[in-house]
Amino acid sequence: MQLKLTDVTKRFGDFTANNRVSLTVEPHQIHCLLGENGAGKSTLMNVLYGLYEPTSGTVEINGAPAHFSGPGDAMAAGIGMVHQHFMLVPVFTVAENVALGHESTRGMALDLNSTRARIREISDRFGFAVDPDAVVEDLPVGVQQRVEIIKALVRDAEVLILDEPTAVLTPRETDELLQIMRQLRDNGTSIVFISHKLREVRAVSDVITVIRRGEVVGRVGPETATDELAALMVGRDVSLTVAKEPSLATGAALEVRDLTVLGDNGVVLLDGVDLDVAPGEILAVAGVQGNGQTELTRALVGLEKRVSGSVRLAGRELTGLRTREVLAHGVGFVPEDRSTDGLVDSFSVAENLVLDRYRERGFAAGPSLRRRAIAEHARSEVGEYDIRAGSVDSPVATLSGGNQQKVVIARELGRPLKLFVASQPTRGVDVGSIEFIHRRIVAERDRGTAVLIVSTELDEVYALADRIAVFFHGRLMGIVGPETPRGALGRMMAGEPADAVLPPAPWDGSRSGHGDTGGPTAHDLVPSDAAPQPGSRPSHPGANVPASPRDLATEPSDDRPEGNRTA
Amino acid sequence: MSTATASQPSPRGPGAAGPVPGPAPDAELATSAANRAVGVRTYRPATGLGVLALVSFAVFALHASSRAVRFRFSGDGDVVRLPDAEVAAAPYAWAVTIVLVALAGYAAVRARKLPRWVVALAGFCFVTGFLVWIVGTAQTPSISVTALLAGSVALATPLVFGALGGLLCERSGVVNIAIEAQLLFGAFSAAIAATVSGSAWVGLLAAMAGSVLVSVLLAVFAIRYRVNQVIVGVVLNVLVSGLTGFLFATVLQPSAAAFNTPERLPHVRIPVLAEIPVVGPVLFDQSVIGYIMYAAVAVVWFALHRTRWGLRTRAVGEHPKAADTLGVSVNALRTRNVLLGGAVAGLGGAFYTLVSVSAFTRDMTAGSGYIALAALIFGRWNPVGALLASLLFGFASNLESILSFLGTPVPSQFLAMLPYVVTIMAVAGLVGRSRGPAASGEPYRKE
Repeated sequence: MQLKLTDVTKRFGDFTANNRVSLTVEPHQIHCLLGENGAGKSTLMNVLYGLYEPTSGTVEINGAPAHFSGPGDAMAAGIGMVHQHFMLVPVFTVAENVALGHESTRGMALDLNSTRARIREISDRFGFAVDPDAVVEDLPVGVQQRVEIIKALVRDAEVLILDEPTAVLTPRETDELLQIMRQLRDNGTSIVFISHKLREVRAVSDVITVIRRGEVVGRVGPETATDELAALMVGRDVSLTVAKEPSLATGAALEVRDLTVLGDNGVVLLDGVDLDVAPGEILAVAGVQGNGQTELTRALVGLEKRVSGSVRLAGRELTGLRTREVLAHGVGFVPEDRSTDGLVDSFSVAENLVLDRYRERGFAAGPSLRRRAIAEHARSEVGEYDIRAGSVDSPVATLSGGNQQKVVIARELGRPLKLFVASQPTRGVDVGSIEFIHRRIVAERDRGTAVLIVSTELDEVYALADRIAVFFHGRLMGIVGPETPRGALGRMMAGEPADAVLPPAPWDGSRSGHGDTGGPTAHDLVPSDAAPQPGSRPSHPGANVPASPRDLATEPSDDRPEGNRTA
Repeated sequence: MSTATASQPSPRGPGAAGPVPGPAPDAELATSAANRAVGVRTYRPATGLGVLALVSFAVFALHASSRAVRFRFSGDGDVVRLPDAEVAAAPYAWAVTIVLVALAGYAAVRARKLPRWVVALAGFCFVTGFLVWIVGTAQTPSISVTALLAGSVALATPLVFGALGGLLCERSGVVNIAIEAQLLFGAFSAAIAATVSGSAWVGLLAAMAGSVLVSVLLAVFAIRYRVNQVIVGVVLNVLVSGLTGFLFATVLQPSAAAFNTPERLPHVRIPVLAEIPVVGPVLFDQSVIGYIMYAAVAVVWFALHRTRWGLRTRAVGEHPKAADTLGVSVNALRTRNVLLGGAVAGLGGAFYTLVSVSAFTRDMTAGSGYIALAALIFGRWNPVGALLASLLFGFASNLESILSFLGTPVPSQFLAMLPYVVTIMAVAGLVGRSRGPAASGEPYRKE
């Protein structure tokens, strides 16, 4: 079945998610849609699956125009979709989930036996090993995904859309899925594979369409080099630069040792991470979303439940403290999602600006709030941070994304800090506000605060970083200098450790840090309570990776190079 | 949740503050740990059984009557007669206590979800222990088991219908607090329609229609306008109570002969089966509504678990978005089920004016709708469970009236409290887990 999209545009209010996207999926083809988070891939597929109406443009099937008013229509036309968040009823068995909406009956009664037979048949044909009578919530994620695929195949889908299918899979499950995709293709199913993971895309695709900011920016074959794909996906054209002096920081304000975070289902989300951040230094954490960065920031401020390891700030242990106590130790925190975690939408700007400070003497008198002082504080912050709000009493929900984010930043930077942690500080923020926020973050660094930024935007990482840490599958792939080329970072994000990407340091190849396998070696370790050698900072894996290949020629072959992190 | 993770993710162990010297951990190990199952220990069942054992010891055993308790299984006019049973109160109480302590100990050692037989055995021991103790304290420690059970079934009838009506709503994702309103309006409609038409059968249909009217309001506000479902339910209860109370005072009371003297539904005694000792009078000597009740439980169970409609209903109550992506119209199905639930609850309302008493009185359902809701939860959103839970509550209510008749020193308020204590323990998950439909109470909005 040939599926053709012509000039599909989808707008949500002022926001254009897809702009004149054209795409043709041929039979017997794995067609990859490559793009960063928020590039508009999922929106496009929801248009295709009938969940969204396109604002303009057409969808054609085998040359005939198709119009879907709901998922039912798309399914009837032979399009099946495996959603990023599985559409499975957890308490149902596999057979019940597969039968739902497509039930065969015998008289009054439901006939699950024919569904079971179909599941066994498909399962055997593709080697899925799925038991029709297993309850879905008891199955591993990889098997649940196969159930989703079976759901589509039972309905005779000729085009199968897989929306970020590997986001939730372990590497082994991913390999199995890629194999299944090849099998399906060889059996005649066309596959639309939505992903931002270059390695997988190159491994399995026949055609790659790259989407950036809702527009098609390239159509290439799988032989295209990884860094070329990355450049297309991320785009070189926009490069936000922030005027900043190189960091002269030494020592460590934040020391993270063997930090491990477990999810509710027992999955290791952050795996034995060791890193340091010096006062007056910005460590930017890069990586594809969902590789443990969020958990790292949440664990630092005490929001994760199952944490082991140590987090020390200026020598004081933070793990085990309640979030309020962590903040009281001088930690500012900008959460990833401002609307759910950073702000109370219906509260005023003034109230949001004191969410973590309302207990302070200046803002409270006994049990009551000093509203006048709070409003006064808000007026001064609104001026200082250029927050465009009707009044400090307007609900924060009425502000634009950029101004909302400035409220969060103003609140978090508004008190003396030792550590500033910001996750996606400029996501969904206009260019002007991005620049302003970046300058503020650099100013905070220059004040001597240790800064940890998590960003999936490489431009932002380059704009801010004194050093760059890369995470993959919850593990630290290494910490490198700000001059590290994009291609090298991209390979680290895909799971290659720093020493495989960069030439090894001449003095000690084995010490270039990748937190997963390296582990601390005995001579590397200076307990944090031991007196440091004059002029040197406690070293640990990850910290001593050469700043960039350029530095290597000039670095002395000393076992403990002084202040070598930035040139 | 009183659960604790039993294993640590990394071989390096917890709380490794500072660096750990030694060989680097194996990278493969870290990867395989990513999917290791984490054992979950729970001490809830042990706690629940422990409480039962403690009550059994402190109340049943220590305060046991020295007399023997007599349970009568047959009446004077029965064709087949069974001998009476005599139980010595104190030894029985001690036996029950020992069994409960043993079960609690077993649960504590196991520290996992209990098998069903343990829960069933504990329930049986506790209930019989309670019965022997409380009858033993009465002036005449002798009780007719047949009368106790038959009365229980009668009192449970409206509860079963209410719970089934609520079940149809909740399994499709709409919380129904308005069962009380449905029962009351059903009773009201039945009384008027049966009197005016002169036929109890018309009254029965009117009860269903009246109750569906309450459902329409619930559906419009909860599904169409996405108002908080608990609030809508409470408002409907107050509204119907006020409305029927007003109409009762202004219309039904002044002209009772014209509006409030409904004919009763026939009472059917099934010839041979009704002669079986104990079981016969309890199950086969019923009003018509009693037989409809048995059928309703069976039909709802079958429909929910064995038909296409049931599969879709359960899907819509658990994960509406999944159902929607498969072409199931979520809100239409929910609306249909809420209306259907109203019709079923209306049958329970008819019981009050067409079987129990032959006239409507103000607020005559007296909170039964809330007990039906409790029965629904206690019965774990399952028709058979709801039936059994309703029977337990009916049993408790009937016991209360019989015991006050026999003259027990235990205050009747204490006995009236009992069903609710049991409910709290059940809902808190002290004896097994109770999990409702995941999407119950959440309005579904299409993107």
